[in-house]
Amino acid sequence: MSGFFAMGGYAGSVWPAMALTFGIIAWNVVAARRSLAAARAAARRRISMEDAP
Amino acid sequence: MDWTWFHRFGSPPHLYGLARRLTPWFAWPAALLIAIGLYGGLVLAPPDYQQGDGFRIIYVHAPSAWLSLMAYTWMAVAAAIGLVWRMKAAHAAAASCAPIGAWFTVAALGTGMLWGKPMWGTYWAWDPRLTAELVLLFLYLGYIGLRSAIEDPQRADRTSAVLAIVGVVNVPIVRYSVEWWNSIHQAPSVMKFGKPSISWPMLTPLLIMFIGFTLLFVALLLVRLRGEILRRERRAQWVAEVVTE
Repeated sequence: MSGFFAMGGYAGSVWPAMALTFGIIAWNVVAARRSLAAARAAARRRISMEDAP
Repeated sequence: MDWTWFHRFGSPPHLYGLARRLTPWFAWPAALLIAIGLYGGLVLAPPDYQQGDGFRIIYVHAPSAWLSLMAYTWMAVAAAIGLVWRMKAAHAAAASCAPIGAWFTVAALGTGMLWGKPMWGTYWAWDPRLTAELVLLFLYLGYIGLRSAIEDPQRADRTSAVLAIVGVVNVPIVRYSVEWWNSIHQAPSVMKFGKPSISWPMLTPLLIMFIGFTLLFVALLLVRLRGEILRRERRAQWVAEVVTE
């Protein structure tokens, strides 16, 4: 198992590369959902303002 | 020719509903394929005879680079459709591609640098392939910056579309840079004519990752597209229905 994490001496390159890529994937999932939620919230605010007398 | 399907497809409420229904069909297979590809790449594939285990970075580097170019191509095509047919939904799609493409360009550059240090002895070289990929990042950032600088959404759509279309010349430059010029970047092993020049145990996880990243891109695009459509449909009755339910 420790051999797997050592990556044949390339641990210092392989693991940061994996962390960077999966960090970016995770952030993109969060950012896409946030962007949609923000657009929905803005639309709801607009509608409630138009409904107000 | 009957074009009603085209207008129906481009109608914002239809596209919004379609994007919502399709998202899980891309997101879950993407997660599954990326997990399988990662296990195959990190555990099952044998070490490279020259690069040892360092070559395993390719399993995230090459799919990220592929996604960065695919996102730009889709963005330029969508922008062109938006410009020619004055289709709001196409502009919304183009705007949705940019942040995703920009992030995966960062992933491609970052993982490439982490691979370059042990293999080339340097993080960065002003090599044709590397420089063209950096230009791609600047094109994305320029597109995003231009959009946010123009307040009127319709003008922002049209002006940024021109930049997206002009910038698409960079896509074949990135793709063929290693063949046109003397590049230190290695030539393609998979995306080329004829038989791939890497063995099947190494290639299979890579192909799975390519499909996984492609599906991931579509899933992210569909979620962002819904937000962009809502931002453009300020006064439509259907918006009230979908955001209050």
